Amino acid sequence: MSAERVGLARERRPIPFLPEAVLAVVLIAAPFALPHVGFSFDLMERILNWGLLGLGFDLLFGAAGLLSFGQAAFYGTGGFVTAYLLINHVISSVWLALLIGTFWAGVFGLVVGWLAVRRIGIYFAMITLAFGEMSFFLENAPLSSYTGGENGLPGVPVPYLGPIHLVQGLPMYGLLAGFFFVGFVLARRILHSPFGAVLRAIRQNTARVEMLGHSVPLYKLAVFVIAALYSGIAGGLLGVFQSYMPPDAFTLDTSGQVVVQTVIGGVGTLIGPTVGAAVWLYLRDNLQMIPGIGALWKLILGLIFVALVIGLKRGICGEIIALFSRRPAAVEASGELEGDFAAEAPPPAPELPMRAPMVRALPEAPALRAINLAKHFGGLRAVDDVSFSVRTGSIHAVIGPNGAGKSTLFKMLLDEIAPTAGEVRLFGRRITGIGATRAAQLGIGKSNQLNQLFLDLTVADNIRVAALARRRGRFRIDVIRPANSIAVVERQVDVALRTVGLEHRADTPVHELPYGEKRRLEIGMALATGPNVLLLDEPLAGMSPAERIATRALIQEIGRTRTLLIVEHDMDAIFELAERITVLQEGRLLAEGTPEQIQGDDAVQTAYLGGLHAHEPA
Amino acid sequence: MPSGALLIAQAFNGLALGTLLALVSSGLTIILGTLGVLNFAHGALFMLGAYVIFVIAGQTGSFVLGLVVGGVFMLLAGVFIERVVIRLFYARPAEDQILVTFGIAIVLIEAVRAIFGGASQHVDVPSWAEGVTQLGFLIYPTYRLALIGIIAVLLIALYIVLYRTSVGLVVRAGIEDARMVGILGINVHRAFLLVFAIGVLAAGLAGMLYAPIVSVNPDMGADFLIESFVVIVIGGLGSYPGAVVGGIIAGEIISITSAFNSAYSQVMLYAVMALLLVLRPQGLFGAEGRV
Repeated sequence: MSAERVGLARERRPIPFLPEAVLAVVLIAAPFALPHVGFSFDLMERILNWGLLGLGFDLLFGAAGLLSFGQAAFYGTGGFVTAYLLINHVISSVWLALLIGTFWAGVFGLVVGWLAVRRIGIYFAMITLAFGEMSFFLENAPLSSYTGGENGLPGVPVPYLGPIHLVQGLPMYGLLAGFFFVGFVLARRILHSPFGAVLRAIRQNTARVEMLGHSVPLYKLAVFVIAALYSGIAGGLLGVFQSYMPPDAFTLDTSGQVVVQTVIGGVGTLIGPTVGAAVWLYLRDNLQMIPGIGALWKLILGLIFVALVIGLKRGICGEIIALFSRRPAAVEASGELEGDFAAEAPPPAPELPMRAPMVRALPEAPALRAINLAKHFGGLRAVDDVSFSVRTGSIHAVIGPNGAGKSTLFKMLLDEIAPTAGEVRLFGRRITGIGATRAAQLGIGKSNQLNQLFLDLTVADNIRVAALARRRGRFRIDVIRPANSIAVVERQVDVALRTVGLEHRADTPVHELPYGEKRRLEIGMALATGPNVLLLDEPLAGMSPAERIATRALIQEIGRTRTLLIVEHDMDAIFELAERITVLQEGRLLAEGTPEQIQGDDAVQTAYLGGLHAHEPA
Repeated sequence: MPSGALLIAQAFNGLALGTLLALVSSGLTIILGTLGVLNFAHGALFMLGAYVIFVIAGQTGSFVLGLVVGGVFMLLAGVFIERVVIRLFYARPAEDQILVTFGIAIVLIEAVRAIFGGASQHVDVPSWAEGVTQLGFLIYPTYRLALIGIIAVLLIALYIVLYRTSVGLVVRAGIEDARMVGILGINVHRAFLLVFAIGVLAAGLAGMLYAPIVSVNPDMGADFLIESFVVIVIGGLGSYPGAVVGGIIAGEIISITSAFNSAYSQVMLYAVMALLLVLRPQGLFGAEGRV
């Protein structure tokens, strides 16, 4: 039954290579059709050049959410290195010069990116913008003996392709169309690769990506360099196709124009920047001729741009894609399906493939050990000198009244926050100070009290990003294979989906899910990383009574194959599930023992009941 | 090695440019600090100020009248932009705020271009500040001295508003924690409106005062926008003293470097910024972890 559902969902997948095929047809037909409606060859070449620059920018901004105002720096670098090498006869092959120019744009991107990706939002935008300006002024004066300063570099030669001299007109158009096509195919592969899946997740929720075990800074740096490489090749081609490398390639206007074109054409669509460029350049070339509105074209585009941003509109291509991929309202059926899950107990969870090797365990070492852990916020001792051990393979619970320090403790166990004192050992190995990403790679996972999901990705993609983490390690540039082509990861995705009862939702965007299913997905993601030790922070919070029963069964099932540590307020659940219970009160360890021992403990009774009465005058 | 006289003259030029940058940047930084919005339209508003004085001083012949009427105009422009666009963006991501203010900049620049054309315009130095002044060690254009003085007065006035009035208290508290101020029952959004308008006024006044020294054209604001980004990175994002000190530092870096080799003046500025971002990302006056 469930397999059939998954199969059906898969069948609705779009036709493979449809966008590539459509693009190929358009690129071939354009030089025959478009000149009749005011597109000259020169105009089409410019559009494709901006489009190539935009492909990189769209990977950076559309996929990873990094808004750069400095793409001109790499566009100019690629262009001027290429032009300099050719004009001064350092290299005679245009192809080789393009390659070297692109390479140096990438190197410059690596340097700027290394500084910029540590920051987000306004800082990132300002740093990229400042480096863009710096390169403009470098080109203009200190390096003007190489770059021609304000005059730029005229006389860039055009290449030969075998016997064909790629002169202006159709041959030159073919050159740019060829580069653009290859660039598009590559960008699309990147976007749909495991690498791209991590990028899209970063845009949605950076903190969760880190917690799953992906190195966010390295992914950001990698996509920054990729965008710089796209800018570099586009810059190189700019000099080649107009036989002149202009200094304005380096200006803020260039960087800004890419941003505007991308927003107008559709962020995150890859083809959007090209469509935006077509609108921009067509209006510029053709409206200028009309008396009365000639100079107004940019004002009109500016107003449209502001309106698009205010209205949260997806741009031209974004709207078209949304129109075609309108899905049957999935939410309608949700009530019934939810009931479905709640009514039946979950099927016994098959063993999750555990790809990453077990941490080299010291013999007899407990799965997880907190040693004198403390976290002080100023004078507040949120957690104070807490030590306990979690036996491998057990279900262990941490309970305590509100404000006892449970969530702070969990954050330290995962090394999300650094303890003031003490340390955490995972299978005997100290993980304090290595960061959440490395800790996750060593086999500790967590589902959060408040959902931390990638809302605009599908349920399957959410799980997949989690499952990819330990399979691929902290960082890997695998940009060619599709994200869903790693068999062992897909098995893990299927198992995790089935374990949390969401297999019928695989292709639903997460923001469409009802709350209870989001909760289960939160657990499913933590599970899909294949952790040896799984931390569950209030897994039952906000669930209906029926869902609670099902989720308790689910936790029990998961606990058969891995070590679990649970924070939960539902005492019935805790006493049923846990083998050992640690009780915290006001940051300190109050008691520890079996459920029976804890139930009979006077101190615990006082903490829970007495604590309540002490503050309430009877 | 440049002569001592040249260095002194350049130091004065640096002060004139630096105070100007301080005024532009203080507008940028109080908007950023209070509203959390990085205003990419700030350079365009600077340019708008220059055009306002071009029109009013050109029509009436009075520079001072231009400053007063122009100031009111800029305040109203600020109120209009905040009410129509900016207030919709307080809860949106930083990227959206940047995009929309960048769009506003395009609209302002192109509207001015559509009305006045792209050619450069000229604004006369006011008659009371023509000529040069003998300072003993240096002969210096009178208007530039006046410029330093006027901006110093404006910066002090802004300081008094921010640090000596109850409105300023709300604004500074808003910089620390806007949500908390709201919880205390103070209408934060009215303070936001006021801060945005004052910030726009600061950019506009700087543009008006700068107009007689340079050629006025629709694209003149871009350099100032980026330089004031550098200033607030040096001074610390959202810090008013940081903007003033950072502005003067930036002005001096540009001017003194050009005494040695003018080719490197801007490059040096961005190099200092890059260095700061690595060594002290919170800037000179910024608190760690803010913004």
